[in-house]
Amino acid sequence: MSEKSNFSTPSTTEYDVCIIGAGVVGSAIARELSRFKVRAVVLERAEDVCTGTSKANSGIVHAGFDAQPGTLMAKYNVAGAARMPAVCKELDVPYVNNGSLVLCFSEKDIPGLERLKDQGEKNGVKELEIIDAKKLRELEPHISPEAVAALWAKTAGIVDPFLLTVGFAENAADNGVEFRLNAQVTDVFLPSEKGLFQVSYVNPAAPEESEQRVLAKAVVNAAGVFSGTFHNTILQKVAAHNKNAAPTSENSTGGEGNAAPYEGAITVAPAFARDIEIVCRRGSYLLLDMNAEPKPTHTLFQLPTKLGKGILVTPTAHGNTLIGPTAVDIDNPEGIETSAAEIEDVKQKAGKSFPDIPLASVITSFAGLRAHELQHEFLIGMMFNGFFEAAGIESPGLTSAPAIGASLAEEIADYLELQPNPNFDGHRDGIVRFADKTPEEQRALIEKDPDYAQIICRCETITEAEIKQATHRSIPVTTLDGVKRRVRAGMGRCQAGFCMPRVMEILSQENNLDLEQVKKSGPKSAVLLYKTKEER
Amino acid sequence: MSETSQKEMTGEKMSVTSVSSANPTSAKAISESDIKALPSHDLIVVGGGPAGLAAAVAAFDAGITDVLILERDNELGGILNQCIHNGFGLHTFKEELTGPEYAERFEKLAEERDIPYQLNTMTLDIVPVDIAGTHAGCIVSAVSKTHGYQQFFAKAVILAMGCRERPRGALNIAGTRPAGVFSAGTAQRFVNLEGEMPGKKVFVLGSGDIGLIMARRMVLEGAEVLGVAEIMPFSGGLKRNIVQCLNDYDIPLFLSHTVVDIRGKERVEGITIAEVDDHMKPIPGTEKSFDVDTLLLSCGLLPENELSSKAGVQLSPATKGAVVDNTLQTSIPGVFACGNVLHVHDLVDYVSQEAKLAGECAAEYLEKGAGAAGASDTEGEARIVTVKPGNGVSYTVPSILHLNALAPTTIIRFRVRAVFKRAAIKVTLNGEELMSKKRPVMAPGEMEQVILAKEKIFSALENTNPQGSESVLEISIEQS
Amino acid sequence: MAKEIKELTCINCPLGCALEVTLEDGEVTAVSGNTCPRGEAYGKKEVTNPTRIVTSTVRVTGGTRPVVSGKTKEDIPKSAIFDITDALADAQVKAPVNIGDVLVENIAGTGVDFVATAHVSAA
Repeated sequence: MSEKSNFSTPSTTEYDVCIIGAGVVGSAIARELSRFKVRAVVLERAEDVCTGTSKANSGIVHAGFDAQPGTLMAKYNVAGAARMPAVCKELDVPYVNNGSLVLCFSEKDIPGLERLKDQGEKNGVKELEIIDAKKLRELEPHISPEAVAALWAKTAGIVDPFLLTVGFAENAADNGVEFRLNAQVTDVFLPSEKGLFQVSYVNPAAPEESEQRVLAKAVVNAAGVFSGTFHNTILQKVAAHNKNAAPTSENSTGGEGNAAPYEGAITVAPAFARDIEIVCRRGSYLLLDMNAEPKPTHTLFQLPTKLGKGILVTPTAHGNTLIGPTAVDIDNPEGIETSAAEIEDVKQKAGKSFPDIPLASVITSFAGLRAHELQHEFLIGMMFNGFFEAAGIESPGLTSAPAIGASLAEEIADYLELQPNPNFDGHRDGIVRFADKTPEEQRALIEKDPDYAQIICRCETITEAEIKQATHRSIPVTTLDGVKRRVRAGMGRCQAGFCMPRVMEILSQENNLDLEQVKKSGPKSAVLLYKTKEER
Repeated sequence: MSETSQKEMTGEKMSVTSVSSANPTSAKAISESDIKALPSHDLIVVGGGPAGLAAAVAAFDAGITDVLILERDNELGGILNQCIHNGFGLHTFKEELTGPEYAERFEKLAEERDIPYQLNTMTLDIVPVDIAGTHAGCIVSAVSKTHGYQQFFAKAVILAMGCRERPRGALNIAGTRPAGVFSAGTAQRFVNLEGEMPGKKVFVLGSGDIGLIMARRMVLEGAEVLGVAEIMPFSGGLKRNIVQCLNDYDIPLFLSHTVVDIRGKERVEGITIAEVDDHMKPIPGTEKSFDVDTLLLSCGLLPENELSSKAGVQLSPATKGAVVDNTLQTSIPGVFACGNVLHVHDLVDYVSQEAKLAGECAAEYLEKGAGAAGASDTEGEARIVTVKPGNGVSYTVPSILHLNALAPTTIIRFRVRAVFKRAAIKVTLNGEELMSKKRPVMAPGEMEQVILAKEKIFSALENTNPQGSESVLEISIEQS
Repeated sequence: MAKEIKELTCINCPLGCALEVTLEDGEVTAVSGNTCPRGEAYGKKEVTNPTRIVTSTVRVTGGTRPVVSGKTKEDIPKSAIFDITDALADAQVKAPVNIGDVLVENIAGTGVDFVATAHVSAA
């Protein structure tokens, strides 16, 4: 595995499936779909996978007691959480079953915990238990003295959200799915002459290039905070089509064989037959140094009260403490700036759960957007013949991703009558981390590859070997942020102050780029502008 | 001086396999024969910057010739290599040198003594070990492409790892997270060593010396520097750097201001500063916006003590460096610290001075054997004096004096908490005044020191506390 | 007789003494606030003919580094700083370079050489 895929030289413009968006959901769908013999392509607007909601979230595998029974959110949350340990094992992604605690700060709120427990049990969550203050202190010695009881969900966990997305994407690519990065979808057209959808896209990194297109029998909208736009646009197109088409009852949503050009009216499945509004709900977080003590071992939620939903305090899969998020609805789908007020809010509310939290050891703050659908429900499934959706995926979207991927892939395979892929290999070898190894193992790694002896990121003890490997996998990496998400160079307490010049040097060597061409993230994110003496 | 080939190690299989980098306590399981199988050195110096070099040279001159320097970068000299401005060495060499020139002087001294060193070598951990219940030294693990994974036994270790810059995250600046936000030292490396420009229109947050120096440096390379903001009501850097880096180039300095917002999705497009109140909170309505593509941060330095803390060295919350006694020995016997890893210095000359003392004390420790006095010494017989920062003083180094190891003179270095004009430094021992020194101006950006004679300390002790062991030496600032 | 007092910060060393320089008819008649003779000399010069050491880099070809650091071997007039940086933009030297090597002779006509302050080996 880990050979270069063919994505840099698109071989064809005709596909069975075109997935829009390479976040955790799009990547999970791609990976599950690669279990079948399929020509599939993923179009991603950014320069890398995992650059939207998937890169800035809590990294929590929710047990599943939060969602209303009977909703898709409840169904996919519980199913996703159940799949997570095995998926992470297969894809070599850090996952810890640390359990979560919903803290209750007042005796009179304990019925609220019981309601959550009942709700969880109705959703099928196992091993839920309400514990008293004494037990709570046994589990978390530094918990707030004001916490009187908690709902303990033993099945909850934490996962590395970057590596989960990268793992899905790389494994999909290893199994033949094509990824086109820097491919921002501008429009989706209903099937015409060949019975194929037409998806057009541009390269935001090279605006001078002309628009390109792919043709596909099926399209999947997994566009995160942009999923509402695609949903509503295609709905309008369907309406316009139906106005001109003779009514017919043949095109139902059941799916009967391969996609055919729509001659008659298109029937949209009821759950999808409405305009949806995706609100960008911004959440700001603070990340603490992994050496900062004390830290919690469980994910700590606060029981929602009239005063708000509360702030969580959780370990990450790598041992940092993470606090957040806020919830601020904004208009700008790219508005991921933090505000002083939100940072202050996070600090203050986190202290309610964990008063000894060492806030002096905050190493970074960041914000992410959740694609909050106003009816607070996932839209998952076939919208009409050949058009599939995973829209409005907000928390617990990360947890749900493995189940959403599996379910949509099945549905697409049924619709297209796909055959199993006999060559599918679901196993992915991650990049071997020097820092996680014993001295004997470290010695062996170095003997095999001397680049393991060159430490590049001193905070996280990341070696040249790991960074080089990251640039030569099936989804290659060209940016500093891409390296950070995969191997954690620059993720530590100095936030790349030390390793940035060194990582840039490796990226320029491995990708044959000038130093000025090495970007932090997108096309306009140059780190170095020109050589000294050049522009005077 | 040549990069050592470490001949004695090649072909020798390490039998110590139980030292876990994650769990230093497992080192206790190592047997004496395991330790003796390791290549050993009297002294290992971790870090080949100004502190490490001066310490190694001093130890050598004091008779310890079996010294090894481990340096993580591809050349000796540490951060001085990128500090190409002048102003170094006035105290040490009585002439004004640039950083690389100053470093070269010490490299030469090491070269003349043929002190071995390894470059591109990262020390992974330092684990104190006992033989038959007595502290024997440390096992030092390090990796490099040339030498692979190595473990050494060192009877003494000098910590000289330097410091790092406080990053943006620790400052909690709100806004976006685009390219174009650099710590000043990172920008300095790009410009001075790699010949690359990290920005064209620049704002600097923090008036630390590196920030001031970089403001000028960027201007000399054709960039525009729109201003420097400092959250404190006084500059964090040396006065002369305000004059020759900012005033010379008409760069405005905004005291009591901080950056409250960073704009730009992919690359910095602008920043906003605001005045702060007495509690350092931004005052609404005082915002000023600047269209810049770059923000440099010079907001303080932090001693780099991950290795020390993993080794079990006791750290001071005030300095973020090791707690040391007058021999610069840490809480672990035979482990010494000097330079910016001990506390952040303003001048490299003082680093060299301090490192020389560390090298000499390490040599003395090695000659006397592990029983020599030190910060780790808790025996009742060894009388100690606690050094306490008094009014206006934020910390002192050392913080413990071991009376049986007192040199004829002891330098105590410290920093003041605020700017003091026409004030006096007062030193008392158990309440009795030892000295009082007038200073026209003192500022937190500049290190202060007092030099105490051994006889004075002993005579004050005789007067105030002839028998007791709980003596306190206090340094305070008195406004006249 | 026009008497003028200028307040300066001495930049000779990190002490940064606060100087008061008294000028009478453009002639320095007194310097106070200095702690050493160099302060007095600086005070006099700074108000009549201010000078600086300029440190920067010069492009290197065929070396292990793309640039080498350097300095004006002596003080140059403050007014010539940007003439010097302009001259440096065009300068180029071949590796190897040693400390003290002249990188640019008589830079910008100041009569002062720009010399290397670091080594760069040939690649």
